[in-house]
Amino acid sequence: MNNMASDNSLKSSRIHCRDSLLILDGPLSIHTIPELQKNLKQTRLDTVTTIDLSGVDYIDSAGVAFLEQLSERTGSAANLQKANEKVQRALETFSSHQNRKPEQSPEPNFFESVGNSVYSFGESALDFLYLTSEIVLWSLYGIFHTGSRRKGSVIQQSFLIGSNAIGIIALLSFVLGLILALQSAAQLRQFGANIYVADLIAISMVREMGPMMTAIIIAGRSGSAFAAEISTMKVTEELDALRMMAINPISYVVVPKFLAITICMPLLVTLSMILGILGGFVIGLTYLDLTFVSYFNETISILTAEDLLVGLSKSIFFAWVIVIIGSYFGFKAQGGAEGVGKVTTSAVVASIFAVIFLDALFSLIYMI
Amino acid sequence: MPNSIIQIRNLITQYGDKRILDQISLDFFENQVTVILGGSGCGKTTLLKSIIGLVSPAAGDVRIFGAPFDAADESHYNSALRRIGVLFQNGALLNSISIAENVAIPLEQHTRLDHDLINQIVMTKLHMVGLDHAAYLLPSELSGGMRKRAALARAIALDPELLFCDEPSAGLDPLTSAALDDLILTLRDQLNMSVVIVTHELASIHRIADRIIFLDQGKILFSGSLTEAKTCQISEVELFFKTGSF
Repeated sequence: MNNMASDNSLKSSRIHCRDSLLILDGPLSIHTIPELQKNLKQTRLDTVTTIDLSGVDYIDSAGVAFLEQLSERTGSAANLQKANEKVQRALETFSSHQNRKPEQSPEPNFFESVGNSVYSFGESALDFLYLTSEIVLWSLYGIFHTGSRRKGSVIQQSFLIGSNAIGIIALLSFVLGLILALQSAAQLRQFGANIYVADLIAISMVREMGPMMTAIIIAGRSGSAFAAEISTMKVTEELDALRMMAINPISYVVVPKFLAITICMPLLVTLSMILGILGGFVIGLTYLDLTFVSYFNETISILTAEDLLVGLSKSIFFAWVIVIIGSYFGFKAQGGAEGVGKVTTSAVVASIFAVIFLDALFSLIYMI
Repeated sequence: MPNSIIQIRNLITQYGDKRILDQISLDFFENQVTVILGGSGCGKTTLLKSIIGLVSPAAGDVRIFGAPFDAADESHYNSALRRIGVLFQNGALLNSISIAENVAIPLEQHTRLDHDLINQIVMTKLHMVGLDHAAYLLPSELSGGMRKRAALARAIALDPELLFCDEPSAGLDPLTSAALDDLILTLRDQLNMSVVIVTHELASIHRIADRIIFLDQGKILFSGSLTEAKTCQISEVELFFKTGSF
């Protein structure tokens, strides 16, 4: 069964010109207009003064737009004639003559846009500092006052941030140890300094690679999740709802993450250090023919408590940076789905950058 | 009797074990505004989504424009979709582009009209919903009611033969709501459009309903004209019209 409008999509329309008369036939709809426009290119329009619509039995909004364009092109003299009552009413309904042009604000000039970006950078920096201070404050408060957050939320977050990341961190650290050992073994072997592979792996895994690798993985895994979760809550007004229930969004949403990551990060880094050393150990035993005892003794003797302390203390700073940056971008989200995507990307990029930058800074400080 | 444009036969929809729609058989007729009524959670939105194929039914048939409306039959499904406009409950505008671009999407994707003509149609449609002055704003810069109107402009961009509206007037002020109702009636008369509306607003029902379907717990309790509905003896329907009138 077909209804009238569907018939129109199958029917074709014609256009022809007789002296000053332009005659249109058939339905003028979204389906027939493209064809008509093509035919119109071969028609001379400058002599047309009247458009005859007596053959038009159906017209939709595209048809009306087309007619309006047509009478504009033929000059204002051309008028539409013999439209039946229905077509006449459609011409009024879909007329574009009353359309108001929207105002567009003028583009800012060069100095304005430079000024704007400087100003907004200053504001973001200030916002970031405010948020940092609030998170630190509420986290300190949250250690002793467990009532300000949902029961069990720190444990739940620890699972998400910590337990679920054990597999990937263990695997990557082991492979990293393996690669480091293999690369350095090839060089050290030439000098008969095989045993120093143990020193190299131990020091680099504990002081640098362990904390940094773990932080980068956590930034990608959990930093993105923080930003996505908080920004979604922002755009769906969940954060406003919390505020209106007299609940501080920071202490309810961010503090559990902050506390959980502070606990989990050193543990994950320790795991990473051990697995990295194990990776080197495998190479030492198989490729360099070292004995278990000599490799083990060398590792133990070179590592000091200071190395461990440097590695672990760094990792806690990395953890904090990841939470703060993730939350900062989350709270900054605007709009809808696209806003969430944008801030998630920015959060991951910014936190990985911050981790590496901070690591360089720490190296510098410890050297002095 | 007008032509039937949608035929539903023995439709069953369930989420898990919970049966939302129970053996619904129903016809929607051409050139009519049909209003689906019922209390919260009675399956109105699910019925709408089952008809347009967003929820796949557990059993039963839906035929639109005389052929089974099934995503598996791609050619009919896609060509039928071009003749259908849907206004979603929350608008569902794409947030990253302006509302003019939102309205232009179906025109750009499904017609071969040139750019100028598309622009003119977009502005006309936005004018019809009273938003031409806001054409270049993003959806996030609009109020809830404006967003809904912009979404209606997008739904009617292709002058569809069949328009589905999920709560078009919820959250609108009475004046805007009345203007939208007038617009829907104009479209019905002008383009022979058939309209299926889910709504609670009694004022709106009085203005536009040619036919009323009353759902309760997944079953059709009543179907008929507005005058029949008002004099209907079924207690739920009676209560609905009595409580809501003022």
